Amino acid sequence: MQEWMEQHNRLQARRQFLKTSGMGLGATALASLLPQNSKAQSAPHLKPRAKQVIFLFMAGAPSQIDLFDYKPQLNKLFKEPLPPSVSMGQRVTAMTKGKEQLIAPSKFKFRQKGEGGNWMCELFPHLSEVADDLCIINSMHTNAINHDPAKTFICTGSEIPGKASMGAWLSYGLGSMNRDLPDFIVLTSAYWTGGTRNVQALYSRLWGSGFLPSKYQGAAFQTSGDPVLFLSNPNGVDSDVRRRMLDTLGQMNRKHFEEIGDPEIQTTIAQQEMAFRMQASVPELTDISAEPQHVIDSYGSEVHKSGSFARNCLLARRMIERGVRFVQVFHRGWDHHSILPKQLTGQCFDVDQPSAALLKDLKQHGLLEDTIVVFAGEFGRTVYCQGTLKHDDYGRDHHPRCFSAWMAGGGIKGGITYGETDDFSYNVAHNPVAVRDLHATMLHQLGIDHKKLTFPFQGLDQRLTGVEPSHIIKEVLV
Amino acid sequence: MSRHGNESIIEANQHVKSILVVFGILAFPVLASAEQPIRFDRDVRPLFSDRCFECHGPDAQERQGELRLDRADGPDGAYRTLDDSPAIKPGSIEDSLVWQRITAVDDDVMPPPDSEKKPLTASEMEIIKRWIEQGAEYVNFWAFVPPRMADPPDLKNVSWSQQPIDRFVLHRLEEAGLTPKPTADRRSLIRRLSLDLTGLPPTRDEISQFLDDTAEGAYERLVDRLLAKPQYGEHMTKYWLDLVRFADTNGIHHDHYREMSPYRDWVIRAFNQNLPYDDFVKYQLAGDLYPNPNYDQLIASGFNRLHLIIDRGTALPEESFTRNVIDRVTAVGTAFMGLTVQCAVCHDHKYDPITMRDFYQLFAFFNNLDADPETGGRQGSDFQRGLQPPYVTLADDRQIAKLAEYDLRIKQLKTELQRIEKQSKDTSDETQKKAVEEELEKAKQALAKQEREKQTFEATIPAAMVMKERAELRPAHILIRGAYDKPGEEVGRDSPAFLPPMKEMDGIKSRMDLAEWFVAAENPLTARVAVNRWWQQLFGVGIVKTAEDFGARGDFPSHPDLLDYLAVSFVESGWNVKALIKQIVMSETYRQSSDATPDEFKNDPDNRLLSRGARFRLDSEVIRDQVLATSGLLNYELFGMSVKPPQPEGLWETVSMPSSYPRSYETDTGNKIYRRSVYTFWKRGMPPPQMTILNAPTREACIARRERTNTPLQALLLLNEPEYVKSSRHLAQEILADRSQNATERLAAIYETITSRLLDADDTASYLKMVEDLEAIYRNNSALAEKLCEGVTLREGETSAELAAWTMLVSTIFNLDITKTRS
Repeated sequence: MQEWMEQHNRLQARRQFLKTSGMGLGATALASLLPQNSKAQSAPHLKPRAKQVIFLFMAGAPSQIDLFDYKPQLNKLFKEPLPPSVSMGQRVTAMTKGKEQLIAPSKFKFRQKGEGGNWMCELFPHLSEVADDLCIINSMHTNAINHDPAKTFICTGSEIPGKASMGAWLSYGLGSMNRDLPDFIVLTSAYWTGGTRNVQALYSRLWGSGFLPSKYQGAAFQTSGDPVLFLSNPNGVDSDVRRRMLDTLGQMNRKHFEEIGDPEIQTTIAQQEMAFRMQASVPELTDISAEPQHVIDSYGSEVHKSGSFARNCLLARRMIERGVRFVQVFHRGWDHHSILPKQLTGQCFDVDQPSAALLKDLKQHGLLEDTIVVFAGEFGRTVYCQGTLKHDDYGRDHHPRCFSAWMAGGGIKGGITYGETDDFSYNVAHNPVAVRDLHATMLHQLGIDHKKLTFPFQGLDQRLTGVEPSHIIKEVLV
Repeated sequence: MSRHGNESIIEANQHVKSILVVFGILAFPVLASAEQPIRFDRDVRPLFSDRCFECHGPDAQERQGELRLDRADGPDGAYRTLDDSPAIKPGSIEDSLVWQRITAVDDDVMPPPDSEKKPLTASEMEIIKRWIEQGAEYVNFWAFVPPRMADPPDLKNVSWSQQPIDRFVLHRLEEAGLTPKPTADRRSLIRRLSLDLTGLPPTRDEISQFLDDTAEGAYERLVDRLLAKPQYGEHMTKYWLDLVRFADTNGIHHDHYREMSPYRDWVIRAFNQNLPYDDFVKYQLAGDLYPNPNYDQLIASGFNRLHLIIDRGTALPEESFTRNVIDRVTAVGTAFMGLTVQCAVCHDHKYDPITMRDFYQLFAFFNNLDADPETGGRQGSDFQRGLQPPYVTLADDRQIAKLAEYDLRIKQLKTELQRIEKQSKDTSDETQKKAVEEELEKAKQALAKQEREKQTFEATIPAAMVMKERAELRPAHILIRGAYDKPGEEVGRDSPAFLPPMKEMDGIKSRMDLAEWFVAAENPLTARVAVNRWWQQLFGVGIVKTAEDFGARGDFPSHPDLLDYLAVSFVESGWNVKALIKQIVMSETYRQSSDATPDEFKNDPDNRLLSRGARFRLDSEVIRDQVLATSGLLNYELFGMSVKPPQPEGLWETVSMPSSYPRSYETDTGNKIYRRSVYTFWKRGMPPPQMTILNAPTREACIARRERTNTPLQALLLLNEPEYVKSSRHLAQEILADRSQNATERLAAIYETITSRLLDADDTASYLKMVEDLEAIYRNNSALAEKLCEGVTLREGETSAELAAWTMLVSTIFNLDITKTRS
């Protein structure tokens, strides 16, 4: 199209201007600026092992001790007090402060699965089938003891609101792989089989751009109505009307550009055309009717509900297929302070089959090797009980000192378990993994040196991994 | 669509923009190298700060090699000699170890092998070299030295303008070999001024009044008219609310409702009444500490209550307490100091001379709020009203009288109840006892009912959360690594050591003393930071581009003498805000045309030299208000509680907890939904998308400048948002109502109403052709036309196809780049 050509020429002219301007920047300085700010997006620091990410975020903090971190020896310690030598005066939340800390062993059974022999919980029958794709990390740890700062931390690398989120960093650092869809899409789930007692609050900051330009922020798809806000033409406007209107609108904008000279007008024209294309590309993306029946079925019965975690997993695969850089799927309701076994069973029903199907489906499409899939909450839960303690009924409080996550695809070793906690799943005993290490490792796989992905703001070269040293978890890489 | 397609051109264009941002930062020092002596503050300090201060800067903990490059003197200063080698020897690069290190080729020497810093470029080294050769003169950091009034420079061109602002600007332009643009045409001027000063475009009547006023001083009269409008205060307030992160919810955990609207009303009144800025600052920092404070002073002190706050139940109160105070001090730093003081929460600031001690000495002024560190339970009317003590109730006379009535009635009922209770005890007869018990039950119910009614009534009375000092002083400590539970050395209240000291006084310094210190003439930051923000409001970019950071990592001012001139004259005027704004908009610099040729654009890409009038996209609020105002729907009512105009359904539910209050967005009805955007309800967890899509911040942190992007989501919003389409239809119908007008006249009226401009014959033809084509489409598809006209009663002679086509015409003009842009 003509405006694209004009835009392109204009861009070339500006690059030329930058190169030849007498503004003093030497050719070398300029060369170092250009890649960093434009071409860096397609020219990473390292050889990338992956291109895209799906982050399955379990808001509310799933119990590591009931799902991943198998501690059979705790059965002997039912209702025993947690030894002070283990808790070491660790702070607790206001909910269990000053109360007895009595051990609640998990009521769930574990089995070793696959060739790698990962211990899998009975609540994950489908994930057990793909145990050899999973790299389970049992030694995650974080700082905050409350949901909001902890979620903000894992999503943006800082507990303080206002920083850029993971997806925003990636679309800033790696640029776009497609022309018709956002680089970073967020899907929130609208159903929780585990009940809605403790459904977590989310905040748009969790997918915000913070100090980065807002074009990098996540586009949160809606579970009802337009998936992208204001995508549909208003009542009484069809695509013929819209096209006719845009033609005159573009013509007038182009004329104003000639008079005024501001290239921003050309950007406006281009974005209006992009909006028009999105009106076709987004519905195509969210319409699953063309998927083969066996694929739809593999995600489980919930897939037929718009806004279910299952539907969101299927959409995530379709997004990856279409070149979306980062998809973050939120599932809420993992904050099990009481009646944990019942609630956890429901929650796992929601996520087990769909996330297993997602891995298989990605693999089937040849996408898993280029896509990192991460499954994590914001922290773990206490080995000691909160509230009623029976063998088959208990609750657990927040626990930042250890939690579990899994990764798959994208050059991550499958069928292994990394890191260990002590006998009480309380403290990390071996190979600790901080949230920033997880971030650094994800970035590394995508070809980004986490220390070089920076943006100047408030006097600092900000980065996702913050100022503390971070480590790439080399042992989990293929 | 291709999975591995090339980066789109839109992307690439935006990247060029960000290159220019980087370019702008570097442009000043490098420009200087060609023709001027090197200045430490402008040319060298930014380089040292960027590459060296992390290890050789103000942070004593991290300092390497006993060397700090931010100052010349002292045992670690740049002139110090260690092992017979001076780090920097003025006049000699050979004797300066620093020079040898930065030019060393051996990677083990410099920079440190594990550094991620970009090495110095050849031209940057050249600057350092010339600076050392010219004598390596250190000057104090510009922003920490009180501003001084420089004489406006002599100029080659004496015909342009003799106004001081213009002389400073023209001086820079002449240095760069540029000339200013001619004055913009009158239609542009009235549009620009109206949008900048009131956030609304001029009406057609206002335009013709201005065009007809050919007498001397017409422009100044226009400025005065606009500054006197109540919409001026509303518009100025919009920027202030970003800065102080004003919102209608708590922002953490449940993100419950909170009620702070009296504070917003006070800010609007303060701007409209032109409250001197020093009082404006003092009221907010310490309004509660005036002897017998009036309501305005108390409400303003609510500035200290605008931080995020968690509701009781999960966090540790001690931790919440510390977070609140840090947030409060951070706001003071951003709003009044233009500094990132919060960097010194955990360690001495790496780039600015702000120590942890400095931070916690400020902390000590703000840690003594007489309130719980978390909001209370769900019971009671405070929760319903979004209040947490301390607050003041702002009842009018009628409300006071009614409350007294309730209290009297409740008192009577209580007396009655006591009487019956006594009677019940004294009665032994069974039948009688039963009767008395029934009576007792009735009395209890009556009392409960009355109390409920009082609560319901109370909830309709505005109240304002305020600052209140506890009787007893809370000690403050340096918190080791910023941890709430690791108090270190105790510190007292004091101003930061690198700034002029507070007045000597007996006893403990109060927040009021601190407020006085902020507005003392020798404070180098308060006035500069404020005038720079208003300059930014009027030109799109501040004289200091980083309006939120005047520290070492912020930008050096593009026109330092101009900034100082404005700051000093602002203080001398008695901190007169309207006078300052008027002074700026009266300048020829402000009045320049914003049209430019590609060459002119190249010569001043970001317009930092002010070689043309500013052109930038309007803010979200202004875009929405303009749609409402020009379509005739805007409700001009001032003040009051936040309102909820329509937004897409279900947005809050995707983020709220089931027990969040409120959980669902309940759209207001009637003409409340057409109030100005400054009154729109702001949930921090999910702010209104009409605002955030156009770069409004979430109000979780203090924001001194918004960015401006141009995205497809913005295009979708402006094209499809149902209320914007309804507004288009409303204007179309108003114009069509006059059946005596022909199509050309109608088009002209619509176009001028929205853009303040006139159409030429070619464009008129194009638009009318579009209307004709659209009308044909709608005639052929009457169902479609009727859908667009749903809910509208057509007037006699009107057809739905005609109204639909004209609605789309209005929408087209709303979507023009020139409509959403101030130029």
